[in-house]
Amino acid sequence: MRNLRETNNTVVKIENAVVSYREDVALRDVSLEVKRGEFVGVIGPNGAGKTTLITLVNGLGKLVQGRVWVLGHSISKGSINGIRKRVGYVAQLQNIDPRMPISVEEVAMIGRYSQLGAFRRPGKADRDIVGELLELVGMSHLAKRPIGHLSGGEQQRVAIARALAQEPEMFLLDEPTASLDWRAQKEIMELVKKIHETRNLTTLFVTHDLNALPDTCDRLVLMKEGKIWRHGKPEEMLEQDILSQLYDAPITTREHEGKKIFLKAG
Amino acid sequence: MDLSIFGYQFMQNAILAAFLGGVACATVGVFVVLMGISFIGVCLAHAAFAGAILGVLLGFNPLLGAFIFSLGIAAIIGPLASRGELNLDTSIGVLFSLMLGLAFIFMGLMSGPKTQMLSLLWGSILTVSRTDLILLGIVATTVVALVTLFYKEIQAVVFNRDIALAVGIPAGLIIYGILFLTGSTITVSLSPIGGLLIFSLIINPAAAAYQLTYSLKKMFLLSAIFGIVSGWIGLLASYLFNVPSGAAIIVASSLIFGLAALFSPKRKVKRWRVKDEPSRVL
Repeated sequence: MRNLRETNNTVVKIENAVVSYREDVALRDVSLEVKRGEFVGVIGPNGAGKTTLITLVNGLGKLVQGRVWVLGHSISKGSINGIRKRVGYVAQLQNIDPRMPISVEEVAMIGRYSQLGAFRRPGKADRDIVGELLELVGMSHLAKRPIGHLSGGEQQRVAIARALAQEPEMFLLDEPTASLDWRAQKEIMELVKKIHETRNLTTLFVTHDLNALPDTCDRLVLMKEGKIWRHGKPEEMLEQDILSQLYDAPITTREHEGKKIFLKAG
Repeated sequence: MDLSIFGYQFMQNAILAAFLGGVACATVGVFVVLMGISFIGVCLAHAAFAGAILGVLLGFNPLLGAFIFSLGIAAIIGPLASRGELNLDTSIGVLFSLMLGLAFIFMGLMSGPKTQMLSLLWGSILTVSRTDLILLGIVATTVVALVTLFYKEIQAVVFNRDIALAVGIPAGLIIYGILFLTGSTITVSLSPIGGLLIFSLIINPAAAAYQLTYSLKKMFLLSAIFGIVSGWIGLLASYLFNVPSGAAIIVASSLIFGLAALFSPKRKVKRWRVKDEPSRVL
């Protein structure tokens, strides 16, 4: 099974997935394949099932029906911890207690724990990796600061460093720019783009905000009411009519410095 | 001040019990405070109390009853806490009141003198037995050893359970472990500290340490020191002022918390003052 999937170059394969939380069905018969090195954007309104889709990949979401293969392994209780160690995950901005006794450096180091296993403490090599990653995300000057003292944008950069510290084969980002100001949002998008381009990491990027979508997307998945409503190349999907139908609201697009900007019309 | 009392065996046992109890309670207290599960601690303490009274009532070792009850409750709360289903606060509230209800029923069913039962409620560190000391020693050593061995996993889980899970740490197992340790610590501290008071010795030292440091390692260390110091100050006060020792220990730990909160660097707000502004040339 593993060899078949790997030679196929398919990193994620979701087959007829159904997920429900009590009475609500979050995903209805969803199937999706992601190839190695691909950058897939997942967009859609709130409650469309985007987060549920992404959490199927790292096993935080629970399947009612269907099957999921990630990095050549079928997701099961036995395989999930092994898969999680190979998948970097950045969730949306968390509410961190400013008094939390954990430093920026220690948070980034949590990513290394996946590689270390039980009873082993981080060594010099791990500290070097974390140091380089904090440099990459521009946070090395704040390494010793308590994590709760950082701004939202800075915390998200640390979360990205933490996910990369896992040396992952896949990168999942779930609304990483939600509740950030426009500048922090732009910086995170540029960082994600840079990481994808330099490391060629297979990336799944979820956002409800069309303007927070990095322009490195190879493919867009449009989700609505727990289903994949459409998918295709960004230039085909990011059309006024399609987006207006997706969000059930009139959306207009404008060109600004070669980049498409999306506005709610009316 | 006549300190010859400290030469007696019972007082030396009490000093040792305060040391071991202080370390164990204050260490599990760090999890309880950081994970915001104070109410779970109260619930476990009352479960241990109800179990111990059942032991007295039915004539088996109260410690065994306390152990079974507190671990039973930990086993019920564990899945509730790790799955995030049901309203955790409400379910713990129901369990807590059930434990209190059972404790009172068992008390009501008891005939004859209720001295042993009351000692479980108030605790009596001055009459601590050799078995109590050995058990306290085993639990305190286990707690410290497990925290040292699984420090990085514990750190990840107290920071954020979902992130710990996402990097492949079995967060559920760590949480069960933490609840198990809390239950065991409460059980062995029941007889020296008392069912009603034990909870303060879990929360206060850790809460005081939380006020003073941004380092988790230092928080564990400070919490343990505060736990031990609370025990010893309480013992001394109990002797000097002839007050119940368990209660004196709790008051001492509360005072330490009060001082820590008062002088906490985390509470200081940097104030902007006019004189901070660079002087301008007019």
